Amino acid sequence: MSKKTLIVIGNGMVGHHFLEQLVATPAAADFDIKVFGEEKLLAYDRVHLSDYFGGSTHADLAMGTADWYAENHIDLRLGEQVTGIDRDKRTITTLMGDYSYDELVLATGSYPFVPPIKGNEHPHCLVYRTLEDLDSIRASADGVKTGVVVGGGLLGLEAANALKSLGLEAHVVEFAPRLMPVQLDSDGGALLKRKIEELGVQVHTEKATTEIVEGEDARLRMNFSDDTHLETDLIVFSAGIRPQDALARSSDLAMGERGGIVINDQCTTSDPHIHAIGECALWSEKIFGLVAPGYTMARTLASVLNGDTEAAFTGADMSTKLKLLGVDVGSIGDAHATTPGARNIRFNDEQAGHYRRMVISEDGKKLLGAILVGDNSHYDTLLQYALNGIELPENPETLILPESQGGAPTLGPDALPETASICSCHNVSKGDICGVIDAGCTDLAGVKAETKASTGCGGCAALLKNVVDRELEKRGVEVSKDLCEHFPYSRQDLFNIVKVNGIRTFRTLIREHGKGHGCDICKPAVASILATCWNEHILATDHVPLQDTNDTFMANMQKNGTYSIVPRIPGGEITPDKLIVLGEVAKEYNLYTKITGGQRVDLFGATLSELPEIWEKLIAAGFETGHAYGKSLRTVKSCVGSTWCRYGVQDSVGMAITLENRYKGLRAPHKVKMAVSGCTRECAEAQSKDFGVIATENGWNLYVCGNGGMRPRHGDLFATDLSDEELIRTIDRVVMFYVRTADRLQRTSVWMENLEGGLDYLKQVVLEDSLGIGEELEQHMADLVDTYQCEWKTAVEDPEKRKRFREFVNAPSKKDPVQEWTTERYQRRPLLEGEPA
Amino acid sequence: MRARTSWEVVCTVEDLVPESGVAVWTEDGPVAVFYLPHRLPALFAISHTDPFTGKNVLARGITGDLKGQPIVASPLYKQHFNLQTGQCLEDEEVTVKTYPVLLDGNNVRVEIPAVNKESAAA
Ligand SMILES: Cc1cc2nc3c(=O)[nH]c(=O)nc-3n(C[C@H](O)[C@H](O)[C@H](O)COP(=O)(O)OP(=O)(O)OC[C@H]3O[C@@H](n4cnc5c(N)ncnc54)[C@H](O)[C@@H]3O)c2cc1C
Ligand code: FES
Repeated sequence: MSKKTLIVIGNGMVGHHFLEQLVATPAAADFDIKVFGEEKLLAYDRVHLSDYFGGSTHADLAMGTADWYAENHIDLRLGEQVTGIDRDKRTITTLMGDYSYDELVLATGSYPFVPPIKGNEHPHCLVYRTLEDLDSIRASADGVKTGVVVGGGLLGLEAANALKSLGLEAHVVEFAPRLMPVQLDSDGGALLKRKIEELGVQVHTEKATTEIVEGEDARLRMNFSDDTHLETDLIVFSAGIRPQDALARSSDLAMGERGGIVINDQCTTSDPHIHAIGECALWSEKIFGLVAPGYTMARTLASVLNGDTEAAFTGADMSTKLKLLGVDVGSIGDAHATTPGARNIRFNDEQAGHYRRMVISEDGKKLLGAILVGDNSHYDTLLQYALNGIELPENPETLILPESQGGAPTLGPDALPETASICSCHNVSKGDICGVIDAGCTDLAGVKAETKASTGCGGCAALLKNVVDRELEKRGVEVSKDLCEHFPYSRQDLFNIVKVNGIRTFRTLIREHGKGHGCDICKPAVASILATCWNEHILATDHVPLQDTNDTFMANMQKNGTYSIVPRIPGGEITPDKLIVLGEVAKEYNLYTKITGGQRVDLFGATLSELPEIWEKLIAAGFETGHAYGKSLRTVKSCVGSTWCRYGVQDSVGMAITLENRYKGLRAPHKVKMAVSGCTRECAEAQSKDFGVIATENGWNLYVCGNGGMRPRHGDLFATDLSDEELIRTIDRVVMFYVRTADRLQRTSVWMENLEGGLDYLKQVVLEDSLGIGEELEQHMADLVDTYQCEWKTAVEDPEKRKRFREFVNAPSKKDPVQEWTTERYQRRPLLEGEPA
Repeated sequence: MRARTSWEVVCTVEDLVPESGVAVWTEDGPVAVFYLPHRLPALFAISHTDPFTGKNVLARGITGDLKGQPIVASPLYKQHFNLQTGQCLEDEEVTVKTYPVLLDGNNVRVEIPAVNKESAAA
């Protein structure tokens, strides 16, 4: 059977999500897929558009990669706008030509509405929808003073915040009598206005702009119908969105009265071969201006094309929870009490700046809607009451009263039915979460990876954590984070116990705070904690028996019982002389030699007794231990940087060496990797490391908590344009906070995902010092740097320590008889099981 | 007839590492001797050979106790072995050989079964 052609118009959030869903079904094999996008950039996370002003790049915001499209045989044509549809011939037209389709999907989103005001075509009149728009705003804001946003809705306030972050004096001009008229009532709007004005954004409500003319003190002047005016250097229109339905209109598809492409429950338009999803689609007279309903449509359509006759889009919840300019705002369900018989309960604390309103059904049993301003802590509970039709308590007002006034604690996860939607972005219910836990997920990070819950807008993070913790607890999975049977404490607890009580040995710790003799779980964990706290040599008599074999012998045990050796090569920079020494040593001991991914050299096949001899030679040549055996800093990878590279903007090698020498030897809950790239071409692949540093014209951008390996994760942008000192101080703090609070064998990525509050919380702790421990963390790091020693140097100089390296203590010259070797590609390697010698 | 055995001196007290093991070479091949000073008895001897891989590494494992039994964890794939009985905790069909061991003055002696000596010689 020859394949059918599926064309998708629009490569935005919903169009991309649709493709992700479709390629996961067998139906994907039936189609040749072509995608046309008007924007030049691959689909990106528009919800977090404003992060672009915070330093995020398109790559950070991108939803997929060009490789992903290629791997799935999707023909992606960016920057190619579709200009017409011929429904009879089943073709579409672009500037490049005509293409025929069997099935067509419109995912064209919406465009910002610019009110027909005289003068709105001025070059400094802008909109806020795409990355290109943001580039224009940034350019326009350069060197000027004032900016105005027309429109006081959700997007308008976000745009105002963006103008403020660009250093402009920001104003919001709203036609209606209050802010966010769709989501809020007059009391809520008034409180929001007050709060936003306190933050330095000026709000002008009930202002109708009549014309935009040349200004006197600024570029522009806006004249209002009440004969007042406002001067500004640029204007951002954010007066609502309109469905991008021009193609549907010109090809005579059924349209809504006020625009929007009419679709049925299967997301199909009036033409059975044309479908529409996302913000361009009109379902049951409604346009959905949020991403979650668009994703649901995308999932529905993918199922429909996969032959699922049951699949149907049945509407979506439009509740929203936001932080606008730092002010909490929440709006749930029927916020304006339009349901007949609906009643209101209001709580308004003008002093504290908290406003809450509940809309309840006539019989007082169900929550229909709610409005929150100033404090969203009640949002999750209220949303669950509304979405799941949970019966309200006898005195429903307790749900919004402060606890001091008899307010009820929040709704526990047990009260939620299985069908309760926990994450609306990815349509994850409580039942789905229970399902993956029953299938073997035992922590929050695992549930996130399996279900994608909380990886969309992130609004459900706290609720998700509660549900996961509770469900794990119910299944007897020890949410109690006891390290093992010997210690009823988590690693973090033990860290504090050790630090506060000044405990220096495992014996003391287990005698006073644990039971039994320890095991291979708690001993290395405690060894790591002791090392972080006191930094004594790992082969000190008390510490020897605590270490994993790799740490005990300061080398990595390989499958045949021999060891590999990795000397430190900071930043991957090495002199020819040192390189020659490595070669000579490898040759002398017949060591298999391989370059590692971390830009150093790994020498395999040394026996226990050879280790100190080999290290004596390496140390004499100026090498230090590379800690490849430890849960500690591995390498700081770097590209060659501005010294040689035509594109480099900073000395990445120099910075990598500085970082590697600073953090070498630091014992951590798990291994830590870093990298430094000399420009945004990112040749050092810094974003896949625990700490990734990328040079900018003005300094360094820091990414944290990235991960290669089994579950790759891009690092999150943490801070931008840091000076050398700021960079080091920031890394000091994050590293130490990780070392102190992470679980045993928890990489930074999982650690951060399991922190309640995630990245934002980490930023608060590190950048804003919200816990007041910033200096302490830095001091602790400084102490560790001061007490660094090369463990191998100390070991080879101490005859007692060297004794540990005898293969057989009673027969020093005896060679282990079970090591059998063969030669492959000119080097020695162990014989595999069953392989003839 | 009872097989004859010999108590071989394998090392001295100074060679032992508290809370850990050392490997010794005996008539019966490689043996791991563990010294757990906070236990009674404090000395244990088991085969140094990891039964799962055939490699001589057990003396380099971490010691401790699980549910009251003295154990060592194989440094290769982390299975636990009871130091007293040689029983593997993860797989009941697997055991490692154990040897009686005692302290004789400053010497550590391990009892080597004579049968093996003969069969090895044969
Ligand atoms: C600043 C901002 C903040 C937001 N915050 C939130 C939030 O907190 N929560 C939330 O749920 N939602 C939020 N949204 C809304 C969310 O971004 C949208 O709901 C979502 O992007 C809709 O996805 P879509 O694919 O339908 O449209 P889009 O993402 O707009 O994608 C449509 C794509 O189609 C392309 N296109 C259009 N016509 C053609 C053509 N003829 N040929 C080729 N290509 C074409 C467009 O160029 C565009 O790239 C926000 C939006 C903005 C702008
Ligand atoms: S609700 Fe948006 S990520 Fe879960």
